[in-house]
Amino acid sequence: MSRPSPDFHPALRAIHWLMAAAVLAMLFIGVGMVSTTGSAYVSLLALHRPLGIAILLLVLVRLPLRIMTGAPALPDDLPLLQKRAALASHILLYLAMAGMPLIGWAMLSAGGYPVLLTKGIVLPAILPRDLALYATLRAAHTAAALLFFALILAHLSAALMHGLIRRDGVLRSMTVGHRRAHVAPDQHLADD
Amino acid sequence: MPFRKPGNVGAFALIGAIVVLLVGAFGWAAGWIGPRRISGGDVTRALEYNGGGKKPGYRRAHAKGLCFTGSFTANGAGSALSSASLLQPGRYPVIGRFSMAGGNPLASDGRNVFHSMALVLKSPDGQEWRLAMDHTPFFPVADIASFIALQRASKPDPATGKPDSAVMKPFLAAHPEVKAFQDYMAKAVLPGSFATATYYSINAFRFTDGNDVTRFVRWQFEPEASGSGLDKKHLEQLPRDYLFSEMIARTAKGPSRWHLKLVVAKPADVTDKATIAWAGPHRTIDAGTLAIDAVQSEESGACRDVNFDPTILPPGIALSDDPLLAARSKAYSSSFTRRALEGPHPSAVGQDLAKERAR
Ligand code: HEM
Ligand code: HEM
Repeated sequence: MSRPSPDFHPALRAIHWLMAAAVLAMLFIGVGMVSTTGSAYVSLLALHRPLGIAILLLVLVRLPLRIMTGAPALPDDLPLLQKRAALASHILLYLAMAGMPLIGWAMLSAGGYPVLLTKGIVLPAILPRDLALYATLRAAHTAAALLFFALILAHLSAALMHGLIRRDGVLRSMTVGHRRAHVAPDQHLADD
Repeated sequence: MPFRKPGNVGAFALIGAIVVLLVGAFGWAAGWIGPRRISGGDVTRALEYNGGGKKPGYRRAHAKGLCFTGSFTANGAGSALSSASLLQPGRYPVIGRFSMAGGNPLASDGRNVFHSMALVLKSPDGQEWRLAMDHTPFFPVADIASFIALQRASKPDPATGKPDSAVMKPFLAAHPEVKAFQDYMAKAVLPGSFATATYYSINAFRFTDGNDVTRFVRWQFEPEASGSGLDKKHLEQLPRDYLFSEMIARTAKGPSRWHLKLVVAKPADVTDKATIAWAGPHRTIDAGTLAIDAVQSEESGACRDVNFDPTILPPGIALSDDPLLAARSKAYSSSFTRRALEGPHPSAVGQDLAKERAR
């Protein structure tokens, strides 16, 4: 999984930030729309479904790309526990990115709703109509969204700790990258 | 470790501030902080309050119902107004539900309230049109805040069965549109059968034809059958499930039919207020015939677990600027999710149907 470059593949960095914006937007749209009986409910929900499915498609591109191009090694001086936490949280983030849209799609299927994306594009049901299943998935969609938001906050805080406090190049590996194209992964990166 | 350097205090503060800001923005988006919004839960709570408590498992409104199946045969005339494939010539399967207004699933049919019909139309190319209609051409309120206020003001006093006039009088004074609706209901014919009622969309919708011309439309299903209305002076003498039993018996003898009439707005018509009926002659298109040929209990039919959300529309039909439509969509969703979580409960009409079949 390790990558010779100190930075993530540029395509992966682009998808990362595109998805970061899309996922944050979806979380805000989601809690915003369900809070109101105003016209925003209908218009935000009409945006929520296609944007959510777009996130599912992006993760389908992103995950193979991540597996193929790998990730730069974490700094050697990072405690093992933190390395493990980083790996686990990244796996959870991928699960959430794929899971949230799948739950949304599945819950609308179980609720007997047409899964309308845009004018004329309706996705097929991925579950049979089942009211109890709808109830479970609808509650799971809320719970998973709140956990997802908490996970994103932890992820963001950790990234900023690397960038602002440890200054170990980890943040840079997902942003602008390191100036010299090929630095050996074991070289100390104090130039962040 | 560079971790504990004094310069890091600022960095920690910055990170903390970013997290607090994001959480705050999230809370604001969710309506947990900031100005009070009317949520779907506010609507279901007001309906539960009006009904004297929650009836778990049932629709928060129109709780008493009967499923049906049938077909809609479009004659193609509707395509002059909308490109929806359900208005192209053809025969489309229908599932639906007759209901009476109110949150009590065991209430008597002898009440001067909405008689209602809800439909799901599906075309072979995957388009879907959900409709929820009442037997009046207009609605008592035009916005969701007034709807909630009406539910609270009109809660029947358990002793008298009537709203507390000390609450209702000032409410009506502040809401002349509700007073006008009550006056209409007092005079209007209360249909003697589900099969002889006209069902109205009430809200306006935008219809767009094949040439991209958009018009405001309201529609109504006009019955082929006719009959006298209920005797409003003696409603309390009706058997509890009179109207539903009548429809079950009637359908056993043969189908009931309605014509879908599309009514095109004139320039002066109000399209964003469900309290205002469109007066005078209008361009009206008979778009086809609805035939209902079988009824089922909610237990055995397909209608119970459906959310008849009137904002589920095929391409060629879209929402108007009537604010009730979005409010209905959220309120129906909240009601649907609540009853889904609570699990279904037996229906009054299901018990009757079971008895009928056992005979
Ligand atoms: C990354 C993807 C997604 C995220 C982060 C997300 C997030 C959310 C959030 C935060 C809520 C509000 C939950 C609540 O407070 O109860 C919500 C509700 C909802 N979401 Fe999603 N969602 C995603 C994908 C989808 C998809 C793909 C669909 C459907 C195709 C969908 C359909 C819905 C629906 C129907 C509701 C509730 C509407 C209601 O109950 O009135 N979501 N979503
Ligand atoms: C602010 C306005 C309204 C509110 C808050 C409201 C609320 C509700 C709720 C909560 C339900 C139960 C939904 C479910 O659990 O599936 C319902 C059902 C229904 N409503 Fe409304 N409603 C409103 C306006 C209207 C109007 C204008 C009409 C008629 C044109 C209408 C016709 C119906 C019908 C026919 C049903 C029963 C559908 C079925 O059989 O499932 N409602 N309403």
